[in-house]
Amino acid sequence: MADDERSRDLAELYVRFGDDRLVLGHRLSEWCGHAPVLEEELALGNLALDLLDQATVLLERAGSLEGRGRSADELALFRDASAFRNLLLVEQPNGDFAATIVRQYLFDVFDLHLATSLETSSDRELASFAARAAREAAYHARHSREWTLRLGDGTEESHRRTQTAIDDLWMFTGELFETDPLVERLVAAQVLSDPQALHAPWHDAVTGTFREAGLKEPNDSTFRSGGRRGMHGECLDRLLSEMQSVARAFPGASW
Amino acid sequence: MSTAASADTQGSLWEVFVQEEGGAAHVHAGSVHAPDREMALQNARDVYARRGRVASLWVVESTSIAATAPADRAAFFEPAFDKIYRHPQFYKVPRGIRGL
Amino acid sequence: MEIPAEDTADLERHFQSRLDADETIEPRDWMPERYRKQLVRMMSQHAHSEVVGMLPEGNWITRAPSLRRKRGLLAKVQDEAGHGLYLYGAAETLGTSREEMITQLLTGAAKYSSIFNYPTLSWADVGAIGWLVDGAAIVNQTTLAKTSYGPYARAMLRICAEENFHKRQGFEILAALATGAPGQRAMAQDAVDRWWWPTLMMFGPPDEASPNSAELTRWKVKPKSNDELRQRFVDLAVPQAKAMGLAIPDPELAWDEENSHWRFGKIDWEEFWRVVRGNGPMNRERLRARAEAHEGGRWVREAAEAYDAKRRARRQAVA
Repeated sequence: MADDERSRDLAELYVRFGDDRLVLGHRLSEWCGHAPVLEEELALGNLALDLLDQATVLLERAGSLEGRGRSADELALFRDASAFRNLLLVEQPNGDFAATIVRQYLFDVFDLHLATSLETSSDRELASFAARAAREAAYHARHSREWTLRLGDGTEESHRRTQTAIDDLWMFTGELFETDPLVERLVAAQVLSDPQALHAPWHDAVTGTFREAGLKEPNDSTFRSGGRRGMHGECLDRLLSEMQSVARAFPGASW
Repeated sequence: MSTAASADTQGSLWEVFVQEEGGAAHVHAGSVHAPDREMALQNARDVYARRGRVASLWVVESTSIAATAPADRAAFFEPAFDKIYRHPQFYKVPRGIRGL
Repeated sequence: MEIPAEDTADLERHFQSRLDADETIEPRDWMPERYRKQLVRMMSQHAHSEVVGMLPEGNWITRAPSLRRKRGLLAKVQDEAGHGLYLYGAAETLGTSREEMITQLLTGAAKYSSIFNYPTLSWADVGAIGWLVDGAAIVNQTTLAKTSYGPYARAMLRICAEENFHKRQGFEILAALATGAPGQRAMAQDAVDRWWWPTLMMFGPPDEASPNSAELTRWKVKPKSNDELRQRFVDLAVPQAKAMGLAIPDPELAWDEENSHWRFGKIDWEEFWRVVRGNGPMNRERLRARAEAHEGGRWVREAAEAYDAKRRARRQAVA
């Protein structure tokens, strides 16, 4: 692979992973001051901070690989929705606590397997990032799994809300394991593992938890995607309008 | 306010003990609310292990702790105050000999 | 068991002599009922303030203008939740429950610091709150770290250690704005103009108008008076404002050379009482937000308890 193409591909990869964590971290930060119990203010806060810290590292690297002098801040706060490359799953609104937990759990298990697989990446920086991310993902997955159990196997109301969340969000999980020419090139270069290989362990873990909590895997096999190509739903634009509003009011300013 | 409100205790109260890295003892840091042991450990981590280098956490349901009462103080602890023979200074040894 | 009157007098004398000897009072020690009540009131109101205080700044996390500011602000507001948690925990050692305290807050029976009834209207307000409001809280809290009630003092030590970066972050935010584009400078000055006087009111009414003061001083719960702390804060803040190039909105501000103090103008106590009594700009919105979080989260808390109950029942059945 030519150096230029490799840099471009890596930059794009870092943007994908960075945007995932930026958008998800941002969503979690929306809970601040509104969590169902004080201890969860701390827990969701830690989760959001882990993701936002990761996003910052990833977007910084994306900017330097891209070679156009864009910083993480510029990427985060001055791109339009069509330039964002995050998964559709992470941009879904928080909904109630069950929807937030289910969205988180589906992502966390994926994240844990992804990060573990990246520890042997031929891109050294990605490998070292992944080592730390895997440890964080292990804790995140523990937290979201334990809540999925408690909400799924708690009261009738919590069970109903959790099942609804699973039914609503399942269609976004196909995208986690999709491949495309970029991914294929990076797999060939041993930067990434084949995403399809992550599907079975993810599916086993997630459905195992569902079974334990008396929750059902949806029958639905229609999946939505497009996030990796910049084709997002309506809510990302709204999210970005809010997120970018102050920065865009003073372009080029220091804060 | 419905009667359900009075049953909403936010789980039970747990005391948290934090052990810093480097072989220190576990020290009481405060309390958290949690519905069970697993969430108590996670909550303790999220509340009390955000700074510093923590190696281990203990959580104990507050109702499980047995404690001395203030009225016990004199009987429990004062006899120890003047047992001077438990302190090295009580013993006279020649000066300048190593290991003493 | 009822304690006879002459014994109560003895107990109170002994209690006061412990305080005079700077001893710490612990949860199971004998204490006058009024001391217990005052401490529960102080600690729970302090806790409520931390939790309600998450809202004005939390308002700007989703719009923070850089990733560094976003993470710093989230970490700060998260700390505030933690502080509320420590303080509720300290209050619970005196026989009240978190649920009781939250109920008192939401029904209006308990107060919280009325500074949080003001709106945050711009990003600069986040800086102003960190610099002024946290700065004032630190002045208050440093003396509380030596308060007579053990759990309160220990919670305050923890809080003070964490509070350090809050004020510095606020100062840094404002300083960056003050040296930025004209629009940023104007934003910063406007925020200071709006938050300065309410911050001075945080220290409470003048000493002669404070009913609880004398008692709290005797009990070593509140070692310094409102006016003393307010003056200390002003003396710290004025040079800091100068360092940032921002003005204090007080035409009467003047240096008293003889006593080494910055003398300041009259506080509008009418406004203070109006806001304390519930007619501030955001009183209703703050409580509504907290009520929604609390009521809206009830099903979550119930689910966790139900799960635990089911697990216990299953274990019993197996045993």
